[in-house]
Amino acid sequence: MDKIVIKTENLTKRFGAFTAVKDLSFEVHRGEIFGFLGANGAGKTTAIRMLIGLLRPTSGFATVAGFDVYKEPEKIKKNIGYMSQKFSLYEDLTVLENLKFFGGIYGLKSEAIKIKSAELVEKLGMKNIAKKLIKELPIGWRQKVAFSVAVFHNPAIVFLDEPTGGVDPIVRRQFWDMIYEASESYITIFVTTHYLDEAEYCNRISIMDEGTIKALGNPSELKKNFNVDSMNDLFYLIARKKI
Amino acid sequence: MKEAIKVENVSMKYEKSKVIALDNISFKINENDIFGLIGPDGAGKTTLFRILTTLILPTQGSVEIYGFKTTKDYKQIRQFIGYVPERFSLYQDLTVYENLNFFASVYKTTIKENYAVIKDIFIHLEPFKNRKAGKLSGGMKQKLALCCALINKPKILFLDEPTTGVDPVSRIEFWETIKKLKENGITIIVSTPYMDEAKLCDRIALMFNSKILNISTPDDIISNFESNIFKIKSDNNSYLKKILNDFDKLFTAYYFGDSVHLAISKELAINEEQIISMINEKNIKIFEFSLIAPTIEDCFIKYLTNG
Repeated sequence: MDKIVIKTENLTKRFGAFTAVKDLSFEVHRGEIFGFLGANGAGKTTAIRMLIGLLRPTSGFATVAGFDVYKEPEKIKKNIGYMSQKFSLYEDLTVLENLKFFGGIYGLKSEAIKIKSAELVEKLGMKNIAKKLIKELPIGWRQKVAFSVAVFHNPAIVFLDEPTGGVDPIVRRQFWDMIYEASESYITIFVTTHYLDEAEYCNRISIMDEGTIKALGNPSELKKNFNVDSMNDLFYLIARKKI
Repeated sequence: MKEAIKVENVSMKYEKSKVIALDNISFKINENDIFGLIGPDGAGKTTLFRILTTLILPTQGSVEIYGFKTTKDYKQIRQFIGYVPERFSLYQDLTVYENLNFFASVYKTTIKENYAVIKDIFIHLEPFKNRKAGKLSGGMKQKLALCCALINKPKILFLDEPTTGVDPVSRIEFWETIKKLKENGITIIVSTPYMDEAKLCDRIALMFNSKILNISTPDDIISNFESNIFKIKSDNNSYLKKILNDFDKLFTAYYFGDSVHLAISKELAINEEQIISMINEKNIKIFEFSLIAPTIEDCFIKYLTNG
């Protein structure tokens, strides 16, 4: 559990005179479920884009899955998975076709894709739906498949962008069961969300504001330390707009 | 308490898709309440809004708003309601001021006449009043939509998922705005897929699959919850979760952050000591064991699993 998979030191990104991310320093451990929170404009998206190798930092240091964000962005991309509520799967392809497509993108051999797909179908009990189009599936299944696709190539870290907005609570609980299971097999989960009840499910969270991390820790400890009853109050205390 | 809205046996079946969006629902909304429709996507919330705002007619049943029927009195009803749909529906290429002026004129009033109603919200928009609506940020768009829905000084305000996709700080501020509108005497019907917003309402309807599962105050829904929930922290949560789920079919254990939550039906004759000693027998070390209050989400799940 103690191996570090994301490490940043004074990571900074400036756009002209504007500093979007300022001296970001934090670590995420292997198998951890880490919630990355912040209001709009806090610098979250910029920070994530640097972490996934899409944006070169202005200064500072960061490694993701052991790779340097300056020198090895392509290796980072190969070693992470991504899932968002809005776009993750091709609706006009079947479950198996999606697995084949994304497996191929990540460089898995077709033989390996076949074996892994069969294992997954067995494990999730989805024999009956494996050949159905994604758009024909209920939302609960879509989410399970989307998450399975995101971790299909055994990434070190999977980035989840508001994974369960708008779904019913049972589906959501099942989905989080899958996340916890992945974390038990040492996949690190990096979640961004606007929904603070989702933050409660994380092992640790960070709250960003004005380009820096203002709070970092386990949700119940943070509530205790800041002397508030709920994540909402905590968030508001830290990130409310200064007038 | 005076009744603002009465819904009786309303069903809605969409002809083309054969989808039953509402299945025989009945309820009342009291004047000056904040009434929440809480449910996931596809529960029927938006269809219900469109019926209540006289935009579509139900397949069956009747709706009365202050005694006016949506079937024949829709013109009167539209005079005293305001509606903010989920999707931004203002004119993108008109300015803030032009949009507001347009809505005022449709209702045969002026911004000046009803300025007091929108003042608190409009103050934030004032610096951008000559900007086109399409160029506003999400939060500002929402404020403008709210001003346009309030410019006719409505008695009832309908807000369809106003906080979906909105960042947490803006969400908190939005709920404060809603509270202020209530203080000014407006009845508010608001929908949300987010269970944690339920407690901010006076009364809520839990909706799922075209039906209403329950209607009550958030406190009553929580106090009628039939299970006790324990928060348990241990040195081996995954094993803990497994043995608890295997122990009795009335035990439901699930992960919650760095702990396991255990829901036990109140009818089961078992006390805390017995649970703790059962866990200890499995050589699991307990760091924390406490009874916690259920959330609206726990209640929602209970209603769903009870059929």
